[in-house]
Amino acid sequence: MNAITAGAIDCDIHPGVPGIRTLLPYMNDHWQDAFVSRGADDFDLASYPTAAPITCRDDWRPTQGKPGTDFTLLQSQALDAFGTRFAICNPLYGGAVAVSESMGAAICSAINDWMRDQWLSRDPRLRASIVVPAQAPHLAVEEIERLAGDHRFVQILLPAAAELLYGKSYYWPIWQTAVKHGLPVGIHAGSMFRYAPTSNGWPSHYLHDYVSQSQVFEDQLLSLVTEGIFVRFPELRIVLLESGVTWLPGFLWRHRKTWRGVRAEVPWVDRPPPDIIRDHVRLTMQPFDAPPDPQVVAEMCDMIGSDDMLLFATDYPHWQFDATDAVPIGFPPDLLRKAMFDNPMSAYPRLKETVA
Amino acid sequence: MGKHVVAAVSELPPGSRRLVTVRGRPIAVFNLEGEFYALINRCPHQGAGLCEGDVTGLITADGPGRYRISRKGEIIRCPWHGWEFDIRTGQSWCEPSRIRTRKYPVEVANGASLVKGPYLAETVAVSVEQDYVVVEV
Ligand code: FES
Repeated sequence: MNAITAGAIDCDIHPGVPGIRTLLPYMNDHWQDAFVSRGADDFDLASYPTAAPITCRDDWRPTQGKPGTDFTLLQSQALDAFGTRFAICNPLYGGAVAVSESMGAAICSAINDWMRDQWLSRDPRLRASIVVPAQAPHLAVEEIERLAGDHRFVQILLPAAAELLYGKSYYWPIWQTAVKHGLPVGIHAGSMFRYAPTSNGWPSHYLHDYVSQSQVFEDQLLSLVTEGIFVRFPELRIVLLESGVTWLPGFLWRHRKTWRGVRAEVPWVDRPPPDIIRDHVRLTMQPFDAPPDPQVVAEMCDMIGSDDMLLFATDYPHWQFDATDAVPIGFPPDLLRKAMFDNPMSAYPRLKETVA
Repeated sequence: MGKHVVAAVSELPPGSRRLVTVRGRPIAVFNLEGEFYALINRCPHQGAGLCEGDVTGLITADGPGRYRISRKGEIIRCPWHGWEFDIRTGQSWCEPSRIRTRKYPVEVANGASLVKGPYLAETVAVSVEQDYVVVEV
């Protein structure tokens, strides 16, 4: 076990959804029939191709089945190996991005019930995000309402790139329901692919697609801040999952600089955007995206300008680091303690119900 | 510090501004509804001629998308990067306590008192019948 991370709260792990067959028992007659008769399967996200190195570290890859699908392997590799106290499961699968609203909703509901049945009830260390059909906010609200009473669900999960920017009024019902139940909203790397993943069209390579993910996180933060979502929903908390970290300081600086000159365009943004983001937004720590140089890592942490924002995560089974080296070299020890425990506890208020 | 006559009141009607040079310093004098204010014509950001920017009101909001404009004519917007300053105080809107432009005391004096001194009327010819804007620099 890794002594450094013992007792940590891992805010981003990915149990794998084996496929539609696994989810059928959690669907109604219509959808069972529809999926079987259409032979529809493999709703894995294009953002995480099953065989790609990023999707699963080699030594974490099960001999059979997709990454993250083996319960006992996940227990030993993701929980025991790090001494994890709690881990938050963020299943990445096609329900949240399907083009059909009702089919997307059926897949999401099935995933949530399967998660409850096959994971949460089998290991008390596990918590989960509610996956919702982001393509249909009214159905997303129904799904949140259906599950919010089970406090092992500690977050609502959305993909980073959706049909519209998250500041648009289309999404207000989701923010409203999140706040109503005290649930933060996790925005995870990945796309619905309604648009090209870059603002200038389709890249040719996976390399480009993955590296450019931070752009869409910047866009979503800009949208949430400039449209005044945190003014409308002051209790809303957003967690950026697998967003990378080190792009943040430059972005905050640029956001603030430009706001000073044109803030009259968005006068409801009545304090510096970095302050708003520091109050409302959290980020998971893998990937961190810095060289293994203690000085650089410490400077980056310092430039973020808040000790409250970072949340420890392994991003299991995605390949971000080797062995159990989930903490960037040189990460300040005091900050690490906060990131492993205090920050997750305040980002996910429902965790407090279990910890006295 | 000295008191400098920079204009006759009649030359600076409400809503107008005038750029003057006093002891080598570029200074902008504003008339806001009969009250006079003087700011150095240099933006604390990167040194633009601040007082040559647009004079506007203060734009605020009662909530997202609900704009409101108040204090019309009391805000100067820097012509270079748009930072807003309160003409009355020289304070920036964004960081009023940290970012401000230099402000000078202004008073109105009548010609009769000016002729006695200790005022310095370098460029303005003073006559006893008129009132004058006096900046202390
Ligand atoms: S110089 Fe005035 S805002 Fe930049």
